[in-house]
Amino acid sequence: MQKVFVLVFLAWVSFLFYAGIALFTSGFLLTRLELTNYSSCQEPPGPGPLPRGGRGEPGACWMASRFSRVVLVLIDALRFDFAQPQVSPMPGEPPASLPFLGKLGTLQRILEMQPHHAWLYRAQVDPPTTTMQRLKALTTGSLPTFIDAGSNFASHSIVEDNLIRQLTSAGRRVVFMGDDTWKDLFPGAFSRAFFFPSFNVRDLHTVDNGILDHLYPTMESGDWDVLIAHFLGVDHCGHKHGPHHPEMAKKLSQMDQVIQGLVDRLKNDTLLVVAGDHGMTMNGDHGGDSELEVSAALFLYSPVALFPNPLPEEPEVIPQISLVPTLALLLGLPIPFGNIGEVMTEPFAGYKDSQPHSSPLTQASALHLNAQQVSRFLHTYSAATQDLQVKELQQLQSLFSKASADYHQLLQSPRQAEAEAALQAVIAELQQFLRGARAMCIESWAQFSLARMAGGAALLAAACCLCLWASQWTTSPGFPFCRLPLMPVAWCLAGAVLCAGLLATTGLKLEPVVLVAVAAVGSLLPFLWEAWAGWGARRPQAALLPTPGPVLLLLLIRWAAFFSDSFVIAEARATPFLLGSLILLLVAQLHWEGRLLPPKLLGVPRLGPSTPTSPSQHSNMHALGLGVGLLFCTRLAGLFHRCPEETPVCRSSPWLSPLASMVGGQAKNLWYGACVGALVTLLAAVRFWLRRYGNLKSPEPPVLFVRWGLPLMVLGTVAYWALASGVDEAPPRLRALVAGASTLLPRAVAGLAASGLMLLLWRPVTVLGKAGPSAPRTRTVLTPFSGPPTSQADLDYVVPQIYRHMQDVFRGQVERTSAQGPLTVAAYQLGSVYSAAMVTALTLLAFPLLLLHAERISLVFLLLFLQSFLLLHLLAAGIPVTTPGPFTVPWQAISAWVLMATQTFYSTGHQPVFPAIHWQAAFVGFPEGHGSSTWLPALLVGANTFASHLLFAVGCPLLLLWPFLCESQGSQKRRQTPGNEAEARVRLKEEEEEALMEMRLRDSPHHFSAALLQLGLKYLFVLGVQILACALAAFILRRHLMVWKVFAPKFIFEAVGFIVSSVGLLLGIALVMRVDGAVSSWFKQFWPSRGN
Amino acid sequence: MKDPDIKRLLYAHLLCIFSVILSTFIPSIFLENFSILETHLTWLCVCSAFVTAVNLVLYLVVKPKTPSKRSSLSHKVARFLKCCIYFLISCFGFHVIFVLYGAPLIELVLETFLFAVILSTFTTVPCLCLLGPNIRAWLRVFSRNGVTSIWENSLQITTISSIVGAWLGAFPIPLDWERPWQVWPISCTLGATFGYVAGLAISPLWIYWNRKQLTYKNN
Repeated sequence: MQKVFVLVFLAWVSFLFYAGIALFTSGFLLTRLELTNYSSCQEPPGPGPLPRGGRGEPGACWMASRFSRVVLVLIDALRFDFAQPQVSPMPGEPPASLPFLGKLGTLQRILEMQPHHAWLYRAQVDPPTTTMQRLKALTTGSLPTFIDAGSNFASHSIVEDNLIRQLTSAGRRVVFMGDDTWKDLFPGAFSRAFFFPSFNVRDLHTVDNGILDHLYPTMESGDWDVLIAHFLGVDHCGHKHGPHHPEMAKKLSQMDQVIQGLVDRLKNDTLLVVAGDHGMTMNGDHGGDSELEVSAALFLYSPVALFPNPLPEEPEVIPQISLVPTLALLLGLPIPFGNIGEVMTEPFAGYKDSQPHSSPLTQASALHLNAQQVSRFLHTYSAATQDLQVKELQQLQSLFSKASADYHQLLQSPRQAEAEAALQAVIAELQQFLRGARAMCIESWAQFSLARMAGGAALLAAACCLCLWASQWTTSPGFPFCRLPLMPVAWCLAGAVLCAGLLATTGLKLEPVVLVAVAAVGSLLPFLWEAWAGWGARRPQAALLPTPGPVLLLLLIRWAAFFSDSFVIAEARATPFLLGSLILLLVAQLHWEGRLLPPKLLGVPRLGPSTPTSPSQHSNMHALGLGVGLLFCTRLAGLFHRCPEETPVCRSSPWLSPLASMVGGQAKNLWYGACVGALVTLLAAVRFWLRRYGNLKSPEPPVLFVRWGLPLMVLGTVAYWALASGVDEAPPRLRALVAGASTLLPRAVAGLAASGLMLLLWRPVTVLGKAGPSAPRTRTVLTPFSGPPTSQADLDYVVPQIYRHMQDVFRGQVERTSAQGPLTVAAYQLGSVYSAAMVTALTLLAFPLLLLHAERISLVFLLLFLQSFLLLHLLAAGIPVTTPGPFTVPWQAISAWVLMATQTFYSTGHQPVFPAIHWQAAFVGFPEGHGSSTWLPALLVGANTFASHLLFAVGCPLLLLWPFLCESQGSQKRRQTPGNEAEARVRLKEEEEEALMEMRLRDSPHHFSAALLQLGLKYLFVLGVQILACALAAFILRRHLMVWKVFAPKFIFEAVGFIVSSVGLLLGIALVMRVDGAVSSWFKQFWPSRGN
Repeated sequence: MKDPDIKRLLYAHLLCIFSVILSTFIPSIFLENFSILETHLTWLCVCSAFVTAVNLVLYLVVKPKTPSKRSSLSHKVARFLKCCIYFLISCFGFHVIFVLYGAPLIELVLETFLFAVILSTFTTVPCLCLLGPNIRAWLRVFSRNGVTSIWENSLQITTISSIVGAWLGAFPIPLDWERPWQVWPISCTLGATFGYVAGLAISPLWIYWNRKQLTYKNN
């Protein structure tokens, strides 16, 4: 019963973490649904007549086009004050001396000389102010959030309706030059394009000079309708030197010349737009939402007079996305479907038009089209998802209907006298609607909720503290197993009900995230209270933090590394480094304590109080070899690395690609052979291990499965690889067969693995019980014992006797059968009953996961098993098995395990960024795709991505079991060196005691449960602090340049990895408990009266 | 524990520190364009040579005990050769360890090897001078309660601090500061040097501070 409570407690702790993660995520990662509807020329945005010129004239869709061509000059990070005209200083005052002020003299000159031709706006940018997000906004007219749900993570291409798409579908020729981000966003959309690499922030000139080489020739050649030039120099100069550097003045002057050159070449039908995509801070960075970052310049110039009024003293502030509907209508295009920007009215005012009221009328009709489009979008969006507030939506809708009705009324009865005033009223109403809609969208899409982020981080921190505290507490004798998990569940429910009631009475919207978080806090409260109370009463004997010191230092370094984008990018190299350090530390520690080498190697006798009484005083020379082997394996696994895209010099390993992509038959065959070899080695190693510890000859189903099912799985995998790597070479007649086989084989392997796991769960104990009492044995040491055992003492005496007897029986059988021929029957020994089940389960899990990866990753999986095997042995060498006292798994073991999981994540070719996910995993076994179902491909891709997390978490209990397993070796070794008689007697006793191996755990069930609980809590703690560090990094650095590129993806991967790991941990511990239960019932076969 | 001993230790260590400092200045007299960062490999060789020389001088001058009963020339030569072999082995050993820790395998071999040489200079050479080519003595010194004199104690401290310095030196490499000293293996060699100097400076002070607690059985 205790065991179930252990599971419940661990599940509850995991729930606390989940609640924290969910709360943080809901405040940090704002999501928006991407709609794939498109506006079209033929379909007006709403009922009612189109304005004059709409659809009638060629090249006009919703409205008559005013310009047939546009030159869009995008100067990255052109802050508003860079372009702001400088008021000429009073005589006597020194002119402004900042390097970025007043350098764009062309703009100022134009605004002064041709006030009716040009207009300058202060464009208000929506955060996140990173270039890609801004480009999305500048073409779709929407508010991109970090996760635009529904988008394709594998590529960045924009799926929403956008200006470029409208342009190409209207047959306009779009020529692009500059930043190659556009290549990802609009693949294949440009009639001609000159892309230049944008990544190197230190390089100020490559992109700009590349554009300048092509800009004027292209412009003069005339075969374009829309020309986009995206300059990066100013942004890079900001990142490298900051705005206050003389270099910035040079760069801006260069841009000024560019604009001047463009203005000189403009024809009358062309509009020039100069825009910054975002601003920059005092240091030249961007990404956040500070005032300097969100104000960008926006400048419109037309060679013919366009604006009725000159620019006011203080330029108007408009949202930047207003450019989208304005450009669309000016060019005679439909407004992109998802646009929420508001048309700028000035360009539609018309300069000295003939009719008196035509200009406000044009403005009103532009705004009305815009409003109809936004209303249509809101309607469609709210039908698709529940993001938007219903109440506000209704208000907006009524506002829109009123404005629309007024507008139509005005159109039908144009009474000259009131027209002017009525038009202005309608314009104001439409603008109010558009602004309201935008404000509502911003509220639900584009603002961090700091309270939720802080709350989530606090909840995570509290859960970490709880883990730490409880893991210390479990070892103390008075740990209340039964009371412990029930209390939080009760409080949890109470908190949830209270919260729900409170929210219901106040009429607020009931959000599941908040509800879960409140429930978690509610269940945490009594624990915190108890901890607080207990803190004063009894000082904790053991130090709370991970000990010894160097391990804590390593963990701290690892946690601190999450706060640096460079280290997150370099984690693939940093983790093996830390792992290697930990391994060397373990070996050095063994040596330092004099347990590595036999004393005779140390010249002088040991001085001082030589480490007393440790029973495993024998040499651990092999630990040195284990350490070196581990380092070697780690380095080998490091050869399979995939480079993060941020480091251009790094070359990804060519071994990560599937074999099918290889050219050259010879190399392909060799690699194929190596992969098959890896699989067979893995299988042989596992079977050898089971034979060695299990000594195995049981007719139990799992054993039979290991003997026959595993080779079948290997065969299936090998055959599948052969088909997959040579699928193009198959003769046409066999195509159908090959396709069928490549569908069936992976499913068969997965099915086999699943059935193997089921068998293992059904009959986890694979001890040959029937041979027990009746087997004839000459050298039996079984003391006569009859009748049912009555007391605990009897049991304590009898159980080891039975065990030893069985050992003898099996040994005898082995002797007999080996004389006759190869072994045919098998049974596991009791001493390794837990770990044998674990190893079998891990192998069964590993095979389907391996199948999801590229072929050559199987070598990494082999290394993974080898590494964990070596590590377990190394750790076991450092942990002397104590007599029945409390069992603990030291922190260094858990840290090394977690580090190894992370290292394997990278060496299986993953990176914590979305473009690096192995999407092809979704098609293993489903070459035709999945149709409409999404959960199955998601499951496959998730299993591929988090395979290492899962395997290591499930294997976590091995950390506890392995030291007991290694006992037998110690005793075997000792047998070879007989000493004098007295010593021999002592040793015999020791041997008897030690040969119990894992039965030692069974002998003290209370300590066993406590140890499992402690193991789980420690593992959750180390993982939990990682996720906490990620969350804090994302929270603190939310204005960092790299937040959307590095920190946010890292947080998401770490969060999902945590969830997978915690589930895996629970499964692993549950498996151990299942085995334990089965062992108990196995014992009952002998003593029906003995309960557990 | 006598204070004069500690004083001698302090002077010896100051001499070592001085040699490290000299190695940064003296070559610029003879070589043009010498600087630690740009002609790093030259500096590594010079520094290694200086430190080795000072250690040998110290060994000849202030050796605490005259060790060998047999002092024939051939024995001395054999001992010297053995020391050289040990030094080479330690260089290669460090090189292998660096590669296992993630240093490039094929590129920059010379740089990695010179880093191994300098770290061997800071760790193996003092060991060879003080303990001779005697693995057992080395193992004894680097285990708990193994030290038998303040010299060995200071050896322990400087060796460990050199290695820890080299280890810490690896941390700035991934950062994107684009400084010239972030290139492999400059930060590590500098870290090792700083660690060595820090160990030299700290160990006499530490021993002086703890002179009451330190009792060496064989002293």
